[in-house]
Amino acid sequence: MELLEEKKNKNRKYEPILEGIPDWPVYQLSKNRKEFIELVTQQSIIRIKALRPTRKQLIDDLEATAYREQNRIKRNRWRVDPKDDSRFWSYVKNELVELSSKDPETTGPIVDALLEKIVNRYANEIAGNFKPNSYRFTREVVKFWFQRLLNGARVKKFGAFFRNQYTLRDKIQVVGKVRMLRDLAKKGTVIMVPTHFSNLDSILIGWVIHAVGLPAFIYGAGLNLFNIKIFAYFMNSLGAYKVDRRKKNLPYLETLKMYSSLAIQKGAHSLFFPGGTRSRSGLIEKQLKLGLLSTAIEAQRNLYQQTPEGEVRKIFVVPVTLNYNFVLEAPDLIEDYLQVKGQDKYFPEQDKYGSMELLRFMFKFFTKGSNISVSIGPGLDVMGNYVDEAGNSLDPQGRIIDTRGYFISNGSITDDKQREDEYTRMLSQRIVSEYHRINRVFASHLAAFVAFEMWQKNILNWICSTCYACRKKTWNWTITNTARPLNGFEKGFTN
Amino acid sequence: MILSSTSEKPVGVIGAGNFGTVIANILAHSRKVLLYTRDEQTAVRIKSENQNKGYPLHANVEPVHDLQQIATQCDVLFPIVPSAHFRAMMRQLSPYLQPYHILIHGTKGFDITLPEGQSLENVTKLTRQQVKTMSEVIQEESVVVRVGCLAGPNLAKELAQRQPGATVVASHFNEVIQLGKRLLRNDRFQVYENNDIVGVEIAGVLKNIIAIASGALSGLGYGENAKGLLISRGAVEMVYLGRALGGDLKAFLGVAGIGDLVTTCNSPMSRNFTVGYRLAKGEKLPDILADMTEVAERCKHSAHCQKNVLIITKFALLLPTGCTKCFLKE
Repeated sequence: MELLEEKKNKNRKYEPILEGIPDWPVYQLSKNRKEFIELVTQQSIIRIKALRPTRKQLIDDLEATAYREQNRIKRNRWRVDPKDDSRFWSYVKNELVELSSKDPETTGPIVDALLEKIVNRYANEIAGNFKPNSYRFTREVVKFWFQRLLNGARVKKFGAFFRNQYTLRDKIQVVGKVRMLRDLAKKGTVIMVPTHFSNLDSILIGWVIHAVGLPAFIYGAGLNLFNIKIFAYFMNSLGAYKVDRRKKNLPYLETLKMYSSLAIQKGAHSLFFPGGTRSRSGLIEKQLKLGLLSTAIEAQRNLYQQTPEGEVRKIFVVPVTLNYNFVLEAPDLIEDYLQVKGQDKYFPEQDKYGSMELLRFMFKFFTKGSNISVSIGPGLDVMGNYVDEAGNSLDPQGRIIDTRGYFISNGSITDDKQREDEYTRMLSQRIVSEYHRINRVFASHLAAFVAFEMWQKNILNWICSTCYACRKKTWNWTITNTARPLNGFEKGFTN
Repeated sequence: MILSSTSEKPVGVIGAGNFGTVIANILAHSRKVLLYTRDEQTAVRIKSENQNKGYPLHANVEPVHDLQQIATQCDVLFPIVPSAHFRAMMRQLSPYLQPYHILIHGTKGFDITLPEGQSLENVTKLTRQQVKTMSEVIQEESVVVRVGCLAGPNLAKELAQRQPGATVVASHFNEVIQLGKRLLRNDRFQVYENNDIVGVEIAGVLKNIIAIASGALSGLGYGENAKGLLISRGAVEMVYLGRALGGDLKAFLGVAGIGDLVTTCNSPMSRNFTVGYRLAKGEKLPDILADMTEVAERCKHSAHCQKNVLIITKFALLLPTGCTKCFLKE
């Protein structure tokens, strides 16, 4: 086994598909950041007003938003939250209270202004800040230090630290349809949808994207990651935009979706973790979050609508699975998982990981002879049909089909939310089945799984022999968990 | 690129059986209709006689025999062919279908794919992967995703006489349901909506089994008490089985479930009922099939009338009321 891993990896180096950073869509986006945020704000307001047609409904929603935001500030504050958060939301609340005493006829402009302030604030918070210089710097830092650490840990010779025997390419295996991914990125906009196990995923994927020669993607990264200063710097420079899972209110969600949809329409390659959050049990995601995924379909429909005839920039969905031998935050993930399984409805959104734990993980990562594997799946169109290298959608018999037709009703392209919700659901099922096709199982996964099954049996025998009353309950619990945590018990194996 | 709107385009009906012909006539009130039959002679005959299966044809209905023609001229198609031929028909039609097509089928039956060398008589267990509803067949065989289905107590004869009736259009897509409603609804024919297409399809299939059993009860000379028992407990079985196959309770309580069940179980006009009745009278299935002009939907392609029952029992589900097969055997 060890021998196999030490063998020189055949991963080859890929030339970048777009030479200069100024050509990258993500750079264009951040260069015109102000205009883009303005566009997002205006479009989101239109959307929100369409969803809440009467002023009464709109005010109700704003009140709910203000209430929840104040609650969040009281209960669950993060380091990354802006300083004036509490001031802003009490201002909003006061404005809303004053509204109730005013003549309903005159409240229109006030509500509109308030909505715009809120949406604009959200858009500013969400928007990424890609800087070419800091991107280059980050890239070099990551490469340099990873390489130093890797060689320092693995090469058993004097001066190992400065050797170049190993590179990240040896550590991270990229397999699957790399060439196709590169082709598709030249022809259209790529949306990568990886599985999500670890906070490290974002950085890992960032490296992979660079390694296969693609321009930087925009990410929806959890705002909690920005609590860690060092992560925040990396993320920002890699083109991440921020997703705050604490905010579930309508204005926020619509702004977020609009940001993603418009960025895709502008041609920015994007990355979603469609599982929404890290997989707590180690199972591959079965239920995907449909919110951001729906923006891909919406963006494609908008592109078709804007160009009624001829070629349209197509959007391609590329499923990717990430496989680790062990996961940095496994103990915490397990704890979370058990809490949920234990019917405890309380679910804390805290991350205890700081820079120290990160370093410790890095050390483990480089010293253990374990690799990370990244499997890149075949490209799909937004309806989940396979595409060929030229970007044409294919039906199961291999015939070329026109994706535009899916949005046509009565002879013209129509905007039908219910239809697109259904399409999103279908796309997510396709992605899940692709995950299962391209996923790789490591020896450690198998060992952990078998160990868990054995342990479970023993525990069961013990419980059954001691207590008849709870046997039924235990059985239920285990039956629902038979296809269970792979990463869960890896900590025990790697320590 | 399609520039003209659907309102000017004809609607296609694939399959000129009883139900297909009647549906074509109903659709013809609002649109031009192309009615597809497999062979040219039939199309010519229908055209010259201006009637099919004894039903006079509406002036707006035009018989055709070319799948490509029907697919290119129509955006909306109603495939109404027996379930045994459904997949083959879809394979022929598929090359001409585009993602903008909308298909609303009116076929009640399952599609079963068995491994080589196995038949329904010797297979021990069926899985959901082997048993597909017609909407699933459409999606497997073509690029069409906007699929709907038509189900309900719709005896072709009564519909043709313009007696009051109702049907359900089920689909995951609201636009398909609304389209179906717009096309089919008239002052004598109500159209209900349902978004649980699989549930509605399954209800439409399962009721046939109870109908055969109901015919058998009548044939044995049993009265209304026994029928009440059969229908109510049969409905419960349908719900159990339907949910196991991915349907929802609501579909079974509606027109496509209870509605269709009561109609078929009480109507000597129903083909399934007749098969059960004559079986109970001691006739042999091949004889019954031979002299029935209208063949029981599920029996046409099977040498054995209990095919339905076989399918069901082989799901290896333990149904609380016992299985329908036993009903038949008694």
